[in-house]
Amino acid sequence: MSPLPPQPAIEVNHLVKAYAGVTAVNDISFTVPKGEIIGFLGPNGAGKSTTMRILTGYLPATSGHVSICGFPVASEPDAVKRRIGYMPENNPLPEEMRVSEYLYFRGRLKEIARGKLGSRIDEVLELCDLKRVRHKIIGKLSKGFRQRVGIAESVLAEPPVIIMDEPTIGLDPHQILIVRDLISSLRGRMTVLISSHILPEIEMTCDRVLIINQGRIVAQGTPADLRKEVLGQSAYEIEAAGPLGSLPFLLGTIDPGLAVASEGPVDEHGFRTIKLKTLNPDDAGEAILRACLSEGLRIRSLSRNHPTLEDVFLAATRRSWDAVAENPKART
Amino acid sequence: MKHFLTILSHEVRMLLVSTNTYIAAVAFLSLMGFIFTGILEDYSKAVQDVSPASVFFQLYWLPVFFMVPLLTSKCLSEERRLGTIETLLTTPVTTAEVVLGKYAAAYLLYIAFWGSTSGLFYILKRFAGDARLIDPGPIVGGYLFVAVSGLLFVAIGVFASSLSRNQSVAGILSLTFLVGIIFGGRYLGSVSWLDREALAPLKDAVEYAQINQHFQDFTRGVVDTRELLFYVSGTVLALIFSVLSVEAKLLHS
Repeated sequence: MSPLPPQPAIEVNHLVKAYAGVTAVNDISFTVPKGEIIGFLGPNGAGKSTTMRILTGYLPATSGHVSICGFPVASEPDAVKRRIGYMPENNPLPEEMRVSEYLYFRGRLKEIARGKLGSRIDEVLELCDLKRVRHKIIGKLSKGFRQRVGIAESVLAEPPVIIMDEPTIGLDPHQILIVRDLISSLRGRMTVLISSHILPEIEMTCDRVLIINQGRIVAQGTPADLRKEVLGQSAYEIEAAGPLGSLPFLLGTIDPGLAVASEGPVDEHGFRTIKLKTLNPDDAGEAILRACLSEGLRIRSLSRNHPTLEDVFLAATRRSWDAVAENPKART
Repeated sequence: MKHFLTILSHEVRMLLVSTNTYIAAVAFLSLMGFIFTGILEDYSKAVQDVSPASVFFQLYWLPVFFMVPLLTSKCLSEERRLGTIETLLTTPVTTAEVVLGKYAAAYLLYIAFWGSTSGLFYILKRFAGDARLIDPGPIVGGYLFVAVSGLLFVAIGVFASSLSRNQSVAGILSLTFLVGIIFGGRYLGSVSWLDREALAPLKDAVEYAQINQHFQDFTRGVVDTRELLFYVSGTVLALIFSVLSVEAKLLHS
């Protein structure tokens, strides 16, 4: 008998959520294996928060099936709530409590045994660098500390699945770095689903990205896959001097699709910046360099432009808007 | 109900650090002290035929009108305004536990405030030295009435708090409900169009819901189970509606 395939941490099948005639989430399906960090991207109003709220059991779905660690959210909400740590958008916290009091209260609600709770609180305070403010009142903390209190709270009960809605919103770059390291440190132990607007964030921390727009998944995969899939092209930039007339022919011998996209003006040393484009995703840098040198061109620099996740995101959301524009009845 | 005690102790602590509680406590105790002094002055001038305790408790509605809104208006509306209800309900806690925990905390404080007025009677007993002034019947009856009617009043405050995310709107709503239930019954009992034959069942219902009449009975030492049932069933209804209201608002949030 072959062993059962490992159970995915999050499983979403044909999820639909409609509010009074508006479809916020429209037939979304995805699975997240255990221990993966997955990023949820989308413009405002794309349905990210709604999907997350349905995953936590806070909102009921209109149709479809959602399960966390094998427990269906609709029929076993209690089992699901014991297995998630959730940090909502804007990270609401009670203003009048002290940090340690709040964590104690939340720990008790999450059914951590009284004896273990004290040491566990110390652990998460240390993990989130909150020891200095443990006796401060939450309402008087700065945004960065509040955000870390929210993260500490969500990892407090060591749930197998953590769902965070925009954990880095409103933080300064230094704090973002801390939060990012914190999330990365959970890799492998916990499954983390985070949504964000800050794309480099997602790119650096997440194993996989889901891009959603207007309630639909428009692209998913690793950041590298998405680049290939959505943009499907590579760009190079060279700074060269010498006879450039034979360049298009040379490029054609390397890759028929490779062509000059733009040429810059010649600078005082005789060099100019040339941008090349191809639909072929494989790296052709070495071939280009070799070809140029063999023709006596002087090369000062060659670089391959990496499309950022931002480009991927814009391309993917634009693509989905085009699809909607072509077929306006599809959404109703 | 595993989490009821956790929420209760948390809520009591939150009430104890809230300014509202202290405003309510100061206003309540100064008002009650003032009323009590006034009563004693009347009694020192001439001999009266009822005990001071029954006169004192007759004004039970006055503190109820500001104390219940101050203690309860924040409990659910603030959770919704800040959004902490979302983090609260994504732990293994049911809405009923949340509502009950908050209700119980507010009720405990309500009782504690009233309990502190027993100091007034103690002072009277200590210094007046007149046994006729301290008639235990109306005192015990009065406190019993306050405890039983408080169940309903606080539940109404919690219900009002579940209706709005604005604390002041919730406070005004609970004041309106309380005035309605305390004085509305008295007013309906006196209108003449209810005396018609066809409306007799309605008239009976109004008679049954006369809170002032219940008060008179309690201070005379008559504890009627039908009256107890009125408060208990009213409390249960108000709390069920609060739970439903919180859950309904989640669906439309």
